[in-house]
Amino acid sequence: MTEPLLSVESLRTWFHMPGGIAKSVDGVSFHINAGETLGIVGESGCGKSVTALSILRLIQPPGRIEAGSRIVFEGNDLVTLDDAGMRKVRGNRISMIFQEPMSALNPVFTVGDQVAEVARVHGTGSRRKAWDRAVEMLTLTGIPSPGDRAKQYPHQLSGGMRQRVLIAMALMMNPAIIIADEPTTALDVTIQAQILELLTDLKDRLGTAILMITHDLGVIAETAERVLVMYGGEVVEEASVRTLFEAAHHPYTEGLMNAMPQITESRDRLNVIPGTVPPPTAWPSGCRFRDRCPYSWERCETEHPPLYQIGEHHTSRCHLAEEPERRAHPHLPLVEQAGASL
Amino acid sequence: MPTSYTAHLIRACAMNADTPLFSYAGLASARRLIDRDRSAVFAGALLLAIAIPCLLAPLVAPYDPSAQPDIIGLQSRPPSLLHPLGTDPFSRDVLSRLLHGGRLSLSVAIFATLVSVTLGTAYGAVAGYSRGILASILERFLDALLSIPRLLLLIAVFAAWRDIPIAGFVAILGVTGWYGVARLVRGQVLALKNQDFVASAHALGASRMRIFLRHILPNVVTPVIVAATLGVGHVIVLEAGLSWLGIGVRPPTPSWGNMIQDGSGQMASHWWISLFPGLAIVMTVMAFNLLGDALLRALSPRRSAAS
Amino acid sequence: MTGRFHPRQGLQGTARFRLADVSAFIARRIAQGLIVVALVATIVFALIQAAPGDPFSASLENPAITESVRESWRQSYGMDRPVGEQYARYIGNVFRGNLGFSFSLQRPVADVLSDALPNTLLLMFVGLFGAFILGIATAVAQVGKLGKRTDRLLGWISLTLLSVPDFWMALLMLVGFAYWIPLFPIGGATDPVIYGMLGTTGRLIDRLHHLILPALTLALLYFPLIARHQRAALVEVMPLDYITAARARGVRESAVVTRHALRNALLPIVTLLGVAFPALLTGAVFVEKVFSWPGMGLLIVNSINTRDYPLLMAAVLFGSVFVIAGSLLADILYRALDPRMRDER
Repeated sequence: MTEPLLSVESLRTWFHMPGGIAKSVDGVSFHINAGETLGIVGESGCGKSVTALSILRLIQPPGRIEAGSRIVFEGNDLVTLDDAGMRKVRGNRISMIFQEPMSALNPVFTVGDQVAEVARVHGTGSRRKAWDRAVEMLTLTGIPSPGDRAKQYPHQLSGGMRQRVLIAMALMMNPAIIIADEPTTALDVTIQAQILELLTDLKDRLGTAILMITHDLGVIAETAERVLVMYGGEVVEEASVRTLFEAAHHPYTEGLMNAMPQITESRDRLNVIPGTVPPPTAWPSGCRFRDRCPYSWERCETEHPPLYQIGEHHTSRCHLAEEPERRAHPHLPLVEQAGASL
Repeated sequence: MPTSYTAHLIRACAMNADTPLFSYAGLASARRLIDRDRSAVFAGALLLAIAIPCLLAPLVAPYDPSAQPDIIGLQSRPPSLLHPLGTDPFSRDVLSRLLHGGRLSLSVAIFATLVSVTLGTAYGAVAGYSRGILASILERFLDALLSIPRLLLLIAVFAAWRDIPIAGFVAILGVTGWYGVARLVRGQVLALKNQDFVASAHALGASRMRIFLRHILPNVVTPVIVAATLGVGHVIVLEAGLSWLGIGVRPPTPSWGNMIQDGSGQMASHWWISLFPGLAIVMTVMAFNLLGDALLRALSPRRSAAS
Repeated sequence: MTGRFHPRQGLQGTARFRLADVSAFIARRIAQGLIVVALVATIVFALIQAAPGDPFSASLENPAITESVRESWRQSYGMDRPVGEQYARYIGNVFRGNLGFSFSLQRPVADVLSDALPNTLLLMFVGLFGAFILGIATAVAQVGKLGKRTDRLLGWISLTLLSVPDFWMALLMLVGFAYWIPLFPIGGATDPVIYGMLGTTGRLIDRLHHLILPALTLALLYFPLIARHQRAALVEVMPLDYITAARARGVRESAVVTRHALRNALLPIVTLLGVAFPALLTGAVFVEKVFSWPGMGLLIVNSINTRDYPLLMAAVLFGSVFVIAGSLLADILYRALDPRMRDER
């Protein structure tokens, strides 16, 4: 079995606030192989963005990657790598695409300037060469008349074009991994489809691995090969995309699947997962999903479930793995019971 | 506006709560918050350490500030056991003069600030409440007054009126300093009078005056206190400057400013005469500034903890 | 919160001013400025009238000026006319540039002021420039190590300097660097003895030599104000996405602050110019006195002691006009750079 390209081991990123410690990422482990697309899916607040930022060590105080975390990439532990070494990784070996294209671009510089900056920072030749390569990348991402567009400012481009600019920026140094943090969330549906197509196309052509972070299962279905489901700062299920859609195990994943409206169904109300994500300063004891889970029982409150092996490449953080018969007796989730008794 | 907790945390990382924004927190919570703030405690302690000896100067000072027990022998002596801060060119004890001078300078500054705050709040309240042309006129007038440089005006006044009694001195200092407070209060009143709780009080039949006193004024008080604290520091420096020029507190009455003037001519050789009053000013003003800053932080709604 | 700069929009590259709006605004502000000038002139006039004695009583101590001379002055200044008429004359004179006659210097006030003004301008601008450079550098250094020791230390230094009275600072600088360590001259704008004999370069160097200490004093006194504002502005910009994105590209932290953050955070500084002008003029009064710098501040201080009221009052008026003009310019500059005036998208 070949070495994974990136290996995250027991990542814990905690935010030390005056009101308490927010354990946004609390023991996450996964790996990405060369050329593959790994998806991370979950609601907002589950820690997926923080995971992405932690990989590139972009977490600012009071946030901190806790001791015991390891991120192995190209022979280095990114957690303990020195600043100079880390800067050689950022934008060069691992790139990131941000969620909001408008706010990720500096309003006072031209887009060409910002894209070319990647090359200038990583020291490849002259400004001229950097600019040329930037235009090349803009062409690659399908921006019409890239030479002219490069001289424009972010506010002069549409949302979809700005996202293409960000993708071009990410591709400049031909990185091994691109981390895409909700790349389509801020875009119109039609543009979303275009961007996803672009990403898949580029991935096929260049062989880049992609870490796709999203809350949208549809995006996962279209682009990813393997998926991680995150909840409460942890990975609660890991599987191939096919397995996930055909045979999801964790109740949370089930809930997510059910929440997706199907065009072939006719219904009056959308399915929701009752309750809300608990705050990261106070994760519940035992299983963090238990209050919202239709199957939970006493064991879920006292015993924090480990990642059980369900299938060959399928794991799930749920005690149902050991007591599958409980699945036959769903009940009203505790949050709803509490609500009903008010 | 992203509501995700993550985005909140990420923002919280790089922000400190020192962008000034006045909140509507009450005084009690301000006091509680100050207790958690170390620089505030330091400022408070420093201020007390300076203010108490100064205000008790007649009891605490070792000598009479105008006493000249040995005109020739004690002229401009460096610090010694008998005279811990030395003596000045008129053979008077610097420490005693420092304490008495502090008493005067602090009192002048505090009373002048009181005058400024009162006038400013009154004007600001009226300006904030008024509508139409009156509001316009009041606003423009205020802007005009704010453009006049305070020191120059004070110089002009005090150079023309040489022998002004201390009350008049304080009054004029106060009258030239209320514009900032007025603008502040006006802004607050404008913001508050359109809020829902005012409308509901009105709907319940409360009179304008009652609404103002019970609802608006308490919310206005807290930023005004911050402004007043910082203002006292400004007046201390202003009075010192005027006294140094000779048009503030007249000798032989000691004030930190005119003490520095006494020693200005011989600063190179007899440094203690001008140094200690200057240090006193720096420490006192610093204490007021720190206190004002701490109050500002305590009242700012944007704290680094994500909500 | 009108007029507040929004960091997300920042400075745009392609500026197309809506000319009509801008010139209307300028006209309005100038009109306001003139009203303020009239207001100050009125206050000054009232002071002259209300002060004990008349402006000429100071000259009682000067034997060369006989009573008949005083009488003729009184007549030419219309002192025997009703107050209303005097006021009208006074305002008329002011706006025509006739500011009276200085007794201590035996010259028309307007001439005295116009000689002194360039010196003050020079000192103030160099001081202001120094304050801005120091202030921005301090803020950048603080934000680069936000919350750590450097930040706190620089913060304390700023606070201390803000608490130091101008004249005391000037005295310390003078004693420190002109007496104890005789690096700089003890006063004046030029050397009274040698200047005339120097060539052009020599003169320039002499002037610079005299300028450094007072300008440095002003810069040290006022940079904390700028540093605080700039730091606050930068702190607002730093958490924004494009800063994180720049770091994600591999840009080094120092460049992130100086190149990416600073460009977006400079605009609020322009508003500071409006505050800096009156502050610096106040500072200049004291600094000029200590360093015997032949500017308006020194004139004002000297005229206090010589009781040369025409000069004093005119200088106060002049100083106020100067400050008003300065803040007006700053206001206009800010509005011109305001991103909302540019083409919207």
